[in-house]
Amino acid sequence: MPRKFTPKVVTANHLLEGDVIYLTAKGTWSRRLEDAALYTEEAEANERLNFAATQADILVGAYLADAQAGPDGPEPTHFRETFRTRGPSNYAHGKQVEL
Amino acid sequence: MYTYSEFDKDFLAERNAQFRDQVERRIDGSLTEEEFRPLRLMNGLYLQLHAYMLRVAIPYGTLNSAQMEQLALLADKWDKGYGHFTTRQNIQYNWPKLRDVPDMLDALGEVGMHAIQTSGNTIRNVTADHFAGAAADEIADPRPVAELLRQWSTDHPEFQFMPRKFKIAITGSPNDRAVTAAHDIGLRIVEKDGQIGYQVLVGGGLGRTPMIGKVLNEFVTIDDLLPYLEATVAVWNVIGRRDNKYKARIKILVHEFGLENLQDEVAKEFELRKPLYDTDAVLGQLAAIAPDFASPAFQTASTAIYQTAYDTDPIFRAWADTNLAEHRADGYAIVTISLKKHGETPGDASADQMRLMAQLAREFGHDELRISHEQNVILPHVHKSHLKEIHERLRGAGLATANVGLLSDIIACPGMDYCALATARSIPVAQEIATRFDELKLEHEVGELKIKISGCINACGHHHVGHIGILGLDRAGVENYQITLGGDGTEDAVIGTRTGPGFSYDQIVPAIETLIRTYLDLREGAEETFLAAYKRVGVDPFKAALYPEAKSRAA
Ligand code: HEM
Ligand code: SF4
Repeated sequence: MPRKFTPKVVTANHLLEGDVIYLTAKGTWSRRLEDAALYTEEAEANERLNFAATQADILVGAYLADAQAGPDGPEPTHFRETFRTRGPSNYAHGKQVEL
Repeated sequence: MYTYSEFDKDFLAERNAQFRDQVERRIDGSLTEEEFRPLRLMNGLYLQLHAYMLRVAIPYGTLNSAQMEQLALLADKWDKGYGHFTTRQNIQYNWPKLRDVPDMLDALGEVGMHAIQTSGNTIRNVTADHFAGAAADEIADPRPVAELLRQWSTDHPEFQFMPRKFKIAITGSPNDRAVTAAHDIGLRIVEKDGQIGYQVLVGGGLGRTPMIGKVLNEFVTIDDLLPYLEATVAVWNVIGRRDNKYKARIKILVHEFGLENLQDEVAKEFELRKPLYDTDAVLGQLAAIAPDFASPAFQTASTAIYQTAYDTDPIFRAWADTNLAEHRADGYAIVTISLKKHGETPGDASADQMRLMAQLAREFGHDELRISHEQNVILPHVHKSHLKEIHERLRGAGLATANVGLLSDIIACPGMDYCALATARSIPVAQEIATRFDELKLEHEVGELKIKISGCINACGHHHVGHIGILGLDRAGVENYQITLGGDGTEDAVIGTRTGPGFSYDQIVPAIETLIRTYLDLREGAEETFLAAYKRVGVDPFKAALYPEAKSRAA
């Protein structure tokens, strides 16, 4: 039986800055996961990922990451994605201080 | 491709200009990421979790003060004021921006440095003991032969498309500090009847299938060395497995084909290849390399200041006891500067710290610095009369931690704080272990102990050869840490044994504390190190302490 589809956001790294970005509902890119569009339908998620693949001048390595709906927008469900919203744990660098 | 001499500035400048152009073409859209990726990787530029990362080569871990100062400049100007020294004897910058990287490469080129990575299925850069040319126990400096091997393998037509990458390490001392047994080929300089030769180990490696190298040949003379190694690589090249990336390394060949069969095949191949070698030309090439690694002009002076400080200053004495190693020249010492201050990130140095180390090397260290695979910085040639002043200046910069070889001298890979391949974090585990034992004030009592942590199965943190190894994994979406015990990266190399189920992020530091308390309880005295005690009693007492439930269930 195919695995049940879990909600996803489209994420990547910014081409010039290298930092983590998310695809919004407007088709723009945000540095905050809360601004991302959350896709509950697999077909739509794949379609948005294909769209991201056409944005090579903006980003590197787009993929679908698991997320869940929260009060302020999508939230990570896996620790790797949590770290990507924050930055490293050994220094106050990255999003945890820049956003 | 790895010495400064060969890397004249024009060559580097041209290569950097090429990469600058490639970066521009990636940005303006004329190169796709698929086209650009191999180009950036060749130039040491990786994409990690939060940013790009630039990996700068430090050949043989050797650099001078001007180069160290340039590394500091890069850290200040294009990074966040620090750099990370790794177990591969290089430095990584964690925050460069794509547009700045060409400028960074140009700045490196000014001091004869570069970020060019040997990549692909070729013979990779040859690594050597970080105490090379300085250690009292050294039979001969291994770096000239390392460089000979590098030159020989770089453009060797037969070695450009091998089943898999191939790594060689060499040590000139019986005390193996280069982890030679964890390389595809390990070379150990040995002496027999007054003649110098090379013991050849084969089939070592960590990663997914960790194995300790086996002795392929006890003694190969310098006359025979290149044809012998060529024969070894050639045999593997022909019969090694190419069907499966994970099985293609020479360690799998040793395992599946058998050491004796391999020895026979290599011996046959060697007979064919030996007559084709011009031995005199090879010896001439080696003689031409040797001056690049010549000893500095050692001074003779009184060491009285050192002795007085040692006898009267307990802080200095503690540092001298852990951080100095015996030098081959009278009155000299090898200084290891710990980049493992308790609670700090193992291997990180700030730009100010780099500049201070450069300054000390210039004033007192014959202008030489080394980077060790244990992520520390070394002043290989220091006269003892300068040690007191060096220690004081290091203290002022948070660089005088007296812990080399002790529990808090932990190797940790970047793990999930930086690395895109990671399955768990490793840096904060190292920080918390060091902080905990600093609070307990136990590490000097515990004595020699090597803890090594990797954030995934690639084993960049060498956890298999840690006395205590920690491997971070992702178990059902939660960080989970497996412990191995009894690993050893020296001449008596051993792969550690797994204790059992892993521990969660919150449990791993207490688990390490349990292991250490167990050791302290069962050791036969302060002289019995953790590793020696482990070898005597085996894994069971440690398992019983780690998993008390399992024991009570069995009872
Ligand atoms: C963060 C970026 C890094 C990435 C993406 C990375 C990736 C890898 C990969 C994929 C391998 C396995 C290669 C193979 O067997 O084919 C490897 C091996 C290795 N890495 Fe890293 N690494 C990184 C950082 C480091 C650092 C910081 C160190 C030093 C602390 C290091 C030291 C090593 C060593 C020594 C090996 C060889 C292990 C062996 O004997 O098989 N790496 N790395
Ligand atoms: S061991 Fe894994 S997590 Fe650590 S640096 Fe290597 S690839 Fe990254």
